[in-house]
Amino acid sequence: MTTNGWLQIAVFFALIVMCAKPLGSFIAGVMEGKRTFLSAVLVPFERLIYRICGIDSEEQHWTTYAGSLLAFSAVSALLLYAMQRLQGWMPWNPLGLNQNNVSPDLAFNTAVSFTTNTNWQSYVPETTLNYFVQMAGLTVHNFVSAAAGLAIAIALVRGFARHSVRTIGNFWVDLTRCTLYILLPLSILAALVLCSQGVIQNLNPYTTAITLEGVKQTISQGPVASQEAIKMLGTNGGGFFNANSAHPFENPTPFSNMFQMFLIFLIPGALTYTFGKMVRDTRQGWALFAAMTVLWFGGVLTAYHFEQQGTPTLTKAGIEMTATSTQSGGNMEGKETRFGIADTALFATVTTDASCGAVNGMHDSFTPLGGLVPLFNIQLGEVVFGGVGTGLYGMLMFAILAVFIAGLMVGRTPEYLGKKIEKKEVKMAMVAMLILAASILFFAGATSVVEFAKNSYWNPQGPTTGNTSNPGAHGLAEILYAYTSGTGNNGSAFAGISANTPWYNLTLGFAMLIGRFLMLLPLLAIAGSLAAKKQVPVSAGTFPTHGPLFVSLLVGVVVIVGALTYFPALSLGPIVEHLML
Amino acid sequence: MLKALRIGLVMTLFFTVLTGIVYPLGVTAAAKVLFPRQASGSLIEQNGKVIGSELIGQNFTKPEYFHPRPSAAGTGYDAANSSGSNLGPTNPALADRLTKDAAQYRRDNPDYTGPIPADAITTSGSGLDPEISPANAQVQALRVAAARGIPVAIVRRLVDEGTQHRDLGFLGEPRVNVLRLNMALDEKVPVKR
Repeated sequence: MTTNGWLQIAVFFALIVMCAKPLGSFIAGVMEGKRTFLSAVLVPFERLIYRICGIDSEEQHWTTYAGSLLAFSAVSALLLYAMQRLQGWMPWNPLGLNQNNVSPDLAFNTAVSFTTNTNWQSYVPETTLNYFVQMAGLTVHNFVSAAAGLAIAIALVRGFARHSVRTIGNFWVDLTRCTLYILLPLSILAALVLCSQGVIQNLNPYTTAITLEGVKQTISQGPVASQEAIKMLGTNGGGFFNANSAHPFENPTPFSNMFQMFLIFLIPGALTYTFGKMVRDTRQGWALFAAMTVLWFGGVLTAYHFEQQGTPTLTKAGIEMTATSTQSGGNMEGKETRFGIADTALFATVTTDASCGAVNGMHDSFTPLGGLVPLFNIQLGEVVFGGVGTGLYGMLMFAILAVFIAGLMVGRTPEYLGKKIEKKEVKMAMVAMLILAASILFFAGATSVVEFAKNSYWNPQGPTTGNTSNPGAHGLAEILYAYTSGTGNNGSAFAGISANTPWYNLTLGFAMLIGRFLMLLPLLAIAGSLAAKKQVPVSAGTFPTHGPLFVSLLVGVVVIVGALTYFPALSLGPIVEHLML
Repeated sequence: MLKALRIGLVMTLFFTVLTGIVYPLGVTAAAKVLFPRQASGSLIEQNGKVIGSELIGQNFTKPEYFHPRPSAAGTGYDAANSSGSNLGPTNPALADRLTKDAAQYRRDNPDYTGPIPADAITTSGSGLDPEISPANAQVQALRVAAARGIPVAIVRRLVDEGTQHRDLGFLGEPRVNVLRLNMALDEKVPVKR
């Protein structure tokens, strides 16, 4: 662990803190329909969209809001499925990739994956999907799935901010504004910054080079920068290439690397301020920010420490583990020279704190406890800044539980932001939480034992456990990581697992659907119920939710719930593997 | 619900055009004007022929060239098939490979007896890492100088000149681009054939 490594971590954090207020205010303004500096250009355009699509911008009850979201997700997922299966007839296809490259189960998995903001990829992108599907299919979903997540978070915040009303906003308006005012302008800027660093952006066929030693090398091309920008900004994480952000064409320099990590946390960090502003008490937003910071830093510290420490296997081969001024030391298996240990450990933590799932090094080759960090981060619910929107609503769910627990301790009806937290809210928060845990543990458990899938249509190459690329405890960790990543809508992987079989494609697809929709329906129900409640005046007995006591309680609830739920599974995977080193 | 489905369909089509076609094509056009070299892959040409990309590693096996890190992309440096090894820390296959590659590295660089630089025998995440650490380059400098029959000081100077420092002085790690370094070698001290 070097001074330089710590400096990078500190600078990264400083950037996120600095942008939280300006961007957070801007987002609040946009979502409340106020005039911003983009209004002059975009308001007429926005009106035109509503006219074309036949949208009346009247506010919706939470059930209508949820219905609109579900309808939109269903239609757009179907179109993406169709686009993949018909890709042979699409333009911009210099490699001649067609539907034979995409089986029905793979197309289902990918359609669900991008609609749910997961971006799990069972396939090798550069040999599976053509430029048209990557742009008009995947890039689009990178935008709208992030915008939908943001919309839901704002709807939940409205539930806290309003009182005695039946509505929580209009889904179509929220979706349009998030995309037009926030995601698209930032993506255009980000794409150009990335391009300046060397990220490619073209529609050329693959280049054939004859190397200095006279060997033929085929070099992938494609419209990468435009997808890369929204991939990070929308916490999507689906790579244009198989190696994702480790690929030099996706992430060519340490500068682009820092910029990509910044893009992941940019909106989620700012949303805590948006939240504070909309509930008219910015201290509440900063309290969430503080809790998230504690959890983020714990992860970075752990991952950095163990990756730098390396493993006995590496030491035995005679490899230097200590960082010097001319080499990074540590566990460099699966890591890029330009990033070294600090940047890869930080990236792995950030991408799984958020629901991004982009990777700049292979998590599968991390040390056992270094790899435990990304896995556990997702299992905590990706509430550490989290995905665009999803992080905020996940953390608010934990905040509801935290005040409930505090209420139990003192024997008072809990309140949060002037709203009584009653049976319905706590029930809904618990439902959301339990569904996530059930999906992860059930699917991972089933995949470890199912017999019928072996050698059948479901998993032609043998038993489902045989799809892992590593034996023993690490193999189990690969399976556990896959369903954790799917349910958590993260999309990163212990990527040695070969998940492109009907069994994995379908079960992971269902895990992603459960993780997205069965989580946000209870949350929208909470939003509707809160909006209808009266405001309770603050009294001497009100538990303050902006101080260090609440922050500690919130961190405690997140960690304890996560640890109690997943410790048995983790102890069979990464923990036992660490003991075997 | 039917109304929601209709709006959903029109909106999906609308966003497909806006964010799936107009946006990427607009960025493509802008990139072509602003960053033409980067946008097309930072390709390097020699005598009018593409010999590779500055950003994409390629394999070198001859002793008179600097060697890149081992690669798990396809059969090695397959730039249409990026991939890491994904071998876990306790996988015996990883231990075997490291033992084998360590022995090879020692054989290739017999004059060096210190610890092996961390990047030298580990595979990268992409399998296309274009760079090695300066420490790794300095180890190989001895071999390259011997194979070319030139004083090691000349090779060391080329390594120093080819070393990229941390971005903005603190980002990432110092590194040496293997293809650029080998091209500089060929230009300054061509191998007599």
